[in-house]
Amino acid sequence: MMCDFLFSLVCTGEIFELKAELNSDKKEKKKEAVKKVIASMTVGKDVSALFPDVVNCMQTDNLELKKLVYLYLMNYAKSQPDMAIMAVNTFVKDCEDPNPLIRALAVRTMGCIRVDKITEYLCEPLRKCLKDEDPYVRKTAAVCVAKLHDINAQLVEDQGFLDTLKDLISDSNPMVVANAVAALSEIAESHPNSNLLDLNPQTINKLLTALNECTEWGQIFILDCLANYTPRDDRESQSICERVTPRLSHANSAVVLSAVKVLMKFMEMLPKDLDYYGTLLKKLAPPLVTLLSAEPELQYVALRNINLIVQRRPEILKHEMKVFFVKYNDPIYVKLEKLDIMIRLASQANIAQVLAELKEYATEVDVDFVRKAVRAIGRCAIKVEQSAERCVSTLLDLIQTKVNYVVQEAIVVIKDIFRKYPNKYESVIATLCENLDSLDEPEARAAMIWIVGEYAERIDNADELLESFLEGFHDESTQVQLQLLTAIVKLFLKKPTETQELVQQVLSLATQDSDNPDLRDRGYIYWRLLSTDPVAAKEVVLAEKPLISEETDLIEPTLLEELICHIGTLASVYHKPPSAFVEGSRGVQHKRLPGSAGSGESVESPDTGSAAGVSEAPPAVIPSQGDLLGDLLNLDLTPPTTTGPPPPASSGMQMGAMDLLGGGLDSLVGFGAPPAAMPASFNVPVSGGLDDLFDLGGGVGMPMGVFNPPKTVWLPAMKAKGLEISGTFVRRAGVIQMEMTLTNKAMSVMTDFAIQFNRNSFGLAPAGPLQVLTPLSPNQSIEAALPLSTVGPVMKMEPLNNLQVAVKNNIDVFYFSCQYPISMLFAEDGKMERQVFLATWKDIPNDNESQFQIKDCHLNSALSRFLCSLEVSTTQLTD
Amino acid sequence: MIGGLFIYNHKGEVLISRVYRDDIGRNAVDAFRVNVIHARQQVRSPVTNIARTSFFHVKRSNIWLAAVTKQNVNAAMVFEFLYKMCDVMTAYFGKISEENIKNNFVLIYELLDEILDFGYPQNSETGALKTFITQQGIKGQTKEEQSQITSQVTGQIGWRREGIKYRRNELFLDVLESVNLLMSPQGQVLSAHVSGRVVMKSYLSGMPECKFGMNDKIVIDKQGKGAASDDAGKSSGKQSIAIDDCTFHQCVRLSKFDSERSISFIPPDGEYELMRYRTTKDIILPFRVIPLVREVGRTKLEVKVVIKSNFKPSLLAQKIEVRIPTPLNTSGVQVICMKGKAKYKASENAIVWKIKRMAGMKESQISAEIELLPTNDKKKWARPPISMNFEVPFAPSGLKVRYLKVFESKLNYSDHDVIKWVRYIGRSGIYETRC
Repeated sequence: MMCDFLFSLVCTGEIFELKAELNSDKKEKKKEAVKKVIASMTVGKDVSALFPDVVNCMQTDNLELKKLVYLYLMNYAKSQPDMAIMAVNTFVKDCEDPNPLIRALAVRTMGCIRVDKITEYLCEPLRKCLKDEDPYVRKTAAVCVAKLHDINAQLVEDQGFLDTLKDLISDSNPMVVANAVAALSEIAESHPNSNLLDLNPQTINKLLTALNECTEWGQIFILDCLANYTPRDDRESQSICERVTPRLSHANSAVVLSAVKVLMKFMEMLPKDLDYYGTLLKKLAPPLVTLLSAEPELQYVALRNINLIVQRRPEILKHEMKVFFVKYNDPIYVKLEKLDIMIRLASQANIAQVLAELKEYATEVDVDFVRKAVRAIGRCAIKVEQSAERCVSTLLDLIQTKVNYVVQEAIVVIKDIFRKYPNKYESVIATLCENLDSLDEPEARAAMIWIVGEYAERIDNADELLESFLEGFHDESTQVQLQLLTAIVKLFLKKPTETQELVQQVLSLATQDSDNPDLRDRGYIYWRLLSTDPVAAKEVVLAEKPLISEETDLIEPTLLEELICHIGTLASVYHKPPSAFVEGSRGVQHKRLPGSAGSGESVESPDTGSAAGVSEAPPAVIPSQGDLLGDLLNLDLTPPTTTGPPPPASSGMQMGAMDLLGGGLDSLVGFGAPPAAMPASFNVPVSGGLDDLFDLGGGVGMPMGVFNPPKTVWLPAMKAKGLEISGTFVRRAGVIQMEMTLTNKAMSVMTDFAIQFNRNSFGLAPAGPLQVLTPLSPNQSIEAALPLSTVGPVMKMEPLNNLQVAVKNNIDVFYFSCQYPISMLFAEDGKMERQVFLATWKDIPNDNESQFQIKDCHLNSALSRFLCSLEVSTTQLTD
Repeated sequence: MIGGLFIYNHKGEVLISRVYRDDIGRNAVDAFRVNVIHARQQVRSPVTNIARTSFFHVKRSNIWLAAVTKQNVNAAMVFEFLYKMCDVMTAYFGKISEENIKNNFVLIYELLDEILDFGYPQNSETGALKTFITQQGIKGQTKEEQSQITSQVTGQIGWRREGIKYRRNELFLDVLESVNLLMSPQGQVLSAHVSGRVVMKSYLSGMPECKFGMNDKIVIDKQGKGAASDDAGKSSGKQSIAIDDCTFHQCVRLSKFDSERSISFIPPDGEYELMRYRTTKDIILPFRVIPLVREVGRTKLEVKVVIKSNFKPSLLAQKIEVRIPTPLNTSGVQVICMKGKAKYKASENAIVWKIKRMAGMKESQISAEIELLPTNDKKKWARPPISMNFEVPFAPSGLKVRYLKVFESKLNYSDHDVIKWVRYIGRSGIYETRC
């Protein structure tokens, strides 16, 4: 087979053969040779050595051969810029060719060659092509402006191409208009504030006219561009909507989705009492449903978008529940998305059907899908109160199946149901307890423990159950440990007589044997509460909990608004704003929905005609079931002091803060727990708590209390081929350290790291090599601490604390500069006796001294302390 | 916009790689292979984000097509483009297979250069593309021909070229419907819809203006109102159908449909899909499946399935196939059926019952005894639904073509001279009954 041969080219010997063939006189042989070269290029072999020979084949009247050579050029020109110049003449000549297809081909290819010298030569031909008589050339040239802008934005502006591009919006050919719009939109994205796409009613009108006539892709470009426009009033908004709605019948799903985006956005401006508003709502549903008969990949995109649309305007699809029923052969990604939407659409009217379906799904094969279905049943119970009972009984049926993951999932959701409807379904607890042994996932165990603790008074053997969990306390995950701690304290408060031993056991496990600060803190708090005031403890721990809200997993309203403006795009698929996954300046712009004009109603206000849905204030967003409990319990336990100093203070401070809660911890009256068991460091005198923190006098020198600036990004990944460095400077135990986080955001492994500083004001230099021993694989981060010395070469920098750094790895060398806090240079032992200080002060030569007059200054204690620390430091610096 | 397009074989070897944007490096090719094609777990989304680069993929037989980007592109457009790319390739060289792609890689690069510029999709109508991407070169073209090509590629009627001539003007209309059903074991319709397509083959001279009419309820009601005749209203009311939604080929003037609900267009030459539609009301369900599954002890299962045909006795359904799933631990099956042939296919875990032909208003039955191996698997058998395939010579939605008028003012043939053929085929889509 000839082509298999083409694809199996291997060694360098063949490069010679190819060279000979490329220089052959026979056209056919030449062409075959170029084909072979392209084939090797495709499979990733380096054939750049043949550059001159291939370029020689360029001057031909055989269009196919020409295209192949161009393809080669686009791939390798960047690596051989000097030789690429050889091609310029042919390009310029081709741009004058009588055949419009060749003119377009030349200008299209030239734009893809990212070599500075070539772009210089591109300007003139491009200018001509933008005004070419043939629309095919013009539409190609329009895109070429965007290409050139990507290479050299300044050049495009200087040459006035942007104005020519704007003129093309009025072109007679719809495809030229569409491409010009696409190019302008892209360029405008990188200049967020420029008024490049100057959208006004006249241009909008032109776009809407072209919309009816251009290709399906052109329609997408135009609709996406229209979505950025904000109409002046509701009448303009309505007239645009009227002209966009016919697109909803287009066979191309992307056209439909982009039209939906425009309509969803402009609808915000229509008064809700308008007849047209209702008509528009009705028109939106059928096309969205039709999207679900497209190929599965498009269904997925459509479903992710429908998920957003349903959250914003539930009324559109409220009668269309059935189309979201899962089909047995749907791909898993379609199934999971459909399930999400089913829950969002569940209401009293359709809940019976939904439940029947969900029960069916819970017996399917795919584990993720089954779990989600079980969870969905729980969410239905919480959302539609009338169905709660049926949901609970369905869940109980599922628990009877004894399928491990079904049981665990069911228990997790039943816990939420208890939270929503307290004192209603507790009769099922017995069934739940039967399955205690089969629970092996932390979330399910935590949920079960919560249930046992919460309803301890109704479970006869609650203490035994909890005790059985306690045996393997240290092997449990934090989530379970925290739950267990709380549950046992609850149990103790409810049945104090039998469970003293148990509670002591768990408190000592949590406070003494655990390294987890959250667990320890919670343990101490309970301990303190129980010891000082059991009544208060009861009030706090057994307080009535607020009911959980109906809707879970809602997208936060401002994000939702932004995502609605991005319907159809990747952002709507990821449910993330573009800035979360797009590098650089593109996508940083945050889009917002326009406020409603006309009636002056706010968007959230309930609309009279349709059923409640968007009504009332946006419901509180619950992150996920798992966090519910933790959040709740953390509510009243947050130490009061965190409002004061910045959070990342040292652990010593937190301990001080704990002391504020009351006298020494040794007064655990009712328990008689040995005070000696307390960690030594805990016996800080009460007064030492907060005071110490704000005592700046010792502040500079105090090793633990120093504020370490958080890490900032020094080297963004964009500038360093995927290596991101963020870091900060700290002083630890008298040594200046540069602490860095190196993150690999590229797709290949990074190794061989090294670091070097430029000469700087204080002679900072690395005291050792950069310790990054393991190779850094993609998406991995590593922490590196570099000790610094101040013995390096000195050069005054501007600003004084500027530091220029070079970091090398196996890919390249990268440069960045950063600034270090001057305070980092101060030694801890700065405080000196008055006499010594004065003596040192005098040692400083007079010309180093300058004088200021400080006016209107009340000398308070803080300032004096500040000055004190400053003086000390200045002397230190001049050493 | 699309930053690059790659085609891989099933092993993950790259067959075609075309990069359109500078932000896409060569390593993107490998990233997709490693993280998606060779991924240990089956990929659970058609969109994958790897190190801030997004990959869209579709699979055709064992060929992977992947589009890659670093920007916030229109995701729906990317998938539509990938499908279109597949259509174009199929139109040029038939089935998308590794061999065909390797044999046509020069052509594919040429196509990719034409239909995607800097990641922006351009005209991708095969009719237009075939006029100038031919693999034969375009040397011989005259200036007129060249400008004709460019005006067609960029023009308003990009799907049809001027100067087409036929001695016999003829057109074929196929109404192809697939009827989808999900039924509960008790015979309750959980969901049912018809998704239909009108496929047209046109062999017409010149630039004919066509008008297509069907028994759309909205149109008929409008006309009925105009006529105000009681009789007309009744008869049309019965026969008209409510169309939930429809989409059209880009040749149809959408604004005209939106305002007057009339379907007018200049058709492409040859075969194309004029419209798609969906109905959910008053669907004729050609078959009813009545399942009966009884578990006899732990090692035996008795299954009885009755099918009833529900259409005019004069019509014949064809290619009927009923698929009855069996548990994984099936050890043996005995089947008795009244009509057709039934076989237990162990590899597919199903009993497949085939009937060649069946007239309307008939009924047939199969009963099977399934023996099971005892297992200690706690999980119950999931009981997948019983599915059915068939073909019937009518449109289950009730759609009827009322007219297709052809006007060509410049050439001397009239609507009467055109030979028109209409055919209705109803097929099963996903036609399932839970048991």
